[in-house]
Amino acid sequence: MTEETITGQLEEQEFSINMGPQHPSTHGVLRMILKLKGETVEEVKPQLGYIHRGIEKMCEKLTYAQTIHLTDRLDYMSAHILNEAVCLTVENALEVEIPEHIQYIRTIMDELNRIASHQLWWSAFGMDLGALTTFFYGLRDREKILDIFEETCGARLLLSYNVPGGLMFDIHPNFQKRVKEFITYFRKKLPEYDALLTGNPILQARTKGVGMLTREQAIAYGVSGPSGRGSGFSCDVRKHQPYSAYSKVGFKEILYNEGDSFARYKVRMDEMWESMSIIEQLIDNIPEGNHAVKMKAIIKLPAGEYYQRVEAARGEFGVFVVSDGNKMPYRMKFRSPNFSNLAAINTMASGQKIADLIAIGGSLDFVIPDMDR
Amino acid sequence: MPGAEIDTEKQFLTATVENGQIHDLASFLNNTPETCFDYLFCESAVDYSDHFMMVYHLDSTKHRHQMVMKTKITDRENPSIDSMCNVWIGAEYHEREIFDLFGIKFNNHPDLRKIFLDNDWVGFPLRKDYTDPVNIVER
Repeated sequence: MTEETITGQLEEQEFSINMGPQHPSTHGVLRMILKLKGETVEEVKPQLGYIHRGIEKMCEKLTYAQTIHLTDRLDYMSAHILNEAVCLTVENALEVEIPEHIQYIRTIMDELNRIASHQLWWSAFGMDLGALTTFFYGLRDREKILDIFEETCGARLLLSYNVPGGLMFDIHPNFQKRVKEFITYFRKKLPEYDALLTGNPILQARTKGVGMLTREQAIAYGVSGPSGRGSGFSCDVRKHQPYSAYSKVGFKEILYNEGDSFARYKVRMDEMWESMSIIEQLIDNIPEGNHAVKMKAIIKLPAGEYYQRVEAARGEFGVFVVSDGNKMPYRMKFRSPNFSNLAAINTMASGQKIADLIAIGGSLDFVIPDMDR
Repeated sequence: MPGAEIDTEKQFLTATVENGQIHDLASFLNNTPETCFDYLFCESAVDYSDHFMMVYHLDSTKHRHQMVMKTKITDRENPSIDSMCNVWIGAEYHEREIFDLFGIKFNNHPDLRKIFLDNDWVGFPLRKDYTDPVNIVER
């Protein structure tokens, strides 16, 4: 057979192939069944559940203070933000007034967490596309944030720093100094990221016009966070339903209208600048106060339904609590951003090449435990 | 909407309707320019032992208002409800999850399969009467 006829046959055949569950670019155990025609992806069917731990079921047998430590294990890159979501639900249900001291620290920690998350995303995104160097640059800088976390919370990744009514303990005396040092340092380093990757012609060729998602599709699928904002969907919970100290700071909601992987990339890069500016506005103005409001030893929410939305690093995270007046939630539902973001992947990847699917997956910034719960 | 029970006391405005009306209410809320609830940010089910409650959290990206839509499913043996996939496509995954963990069937769902658990898994874990002597130990 000549080479031409072989290529012709391959293009006509449709076949299915498994990507994952162990694949470096899925960032965890996610299996995608790809229907391929040659190298073109016809359909993506994600298979979830490899890390399904039944966290919602477990929460029904735990007290509210205990459930906080399970939310870490959802999106571990936004651990502090997710902890805060549960605390806010409890505090709002009990109508506890949270002093500004706590609100400011929570907001600073949220933003540090967001920067650390975006740094790791940037590192891994470059690596997904074959630029291994980014991983070293990103992790080098992320280490500095983790050190700050370690000094104040005692943990580096799964912080569990929030408790209902405030924080587990006050910030370390070095905290403000070290955060300011980090901001000064990272303001110099972030342009390096752009110089290294953003302007790179290979990155641009592989992300521009790849994985298109229109604004209407993003809304209908519920694609939120930087992925939604890359499609021009204004969905920043910090702006629309401010919590903690977000109503007291000025920041821009980053929106790009292109809807491709590069737009999602740009949103996250710009968000790191915004996060630094939020921290700078707060870090010198933390009011004096106690690190926690006195709460009852056993927390019981009045019977009813409570919902709290927060902006995690990957999108809108929601906690839905149904209480029957007991010390344990009757039902606890976590609305996880990655789960909804993944729903759109078939729309984004159909008609693209397999290599583009890697870029699309990277630009959606998957955290698998958050999908599987 | 006739027969809808409106509750304004809660955190969100809540409308409760009969099982058969929920899809009409959803399309109405989505298509009417004054309401324009185009963003379904959470869809969940709650097991109240004698019935299931479907809870839909809606947001409007145009007017920036939120509301909750609810309906009861009283049939525990064979629970079913209309799918919202043709109103909000994002409901597809949420409904697969509810089908998997609560055993509620969604009519007109394009791809109703289990999402987390194995195909041969027996029982629906998020139901209150679910027992698993191996994995769930009561203390």
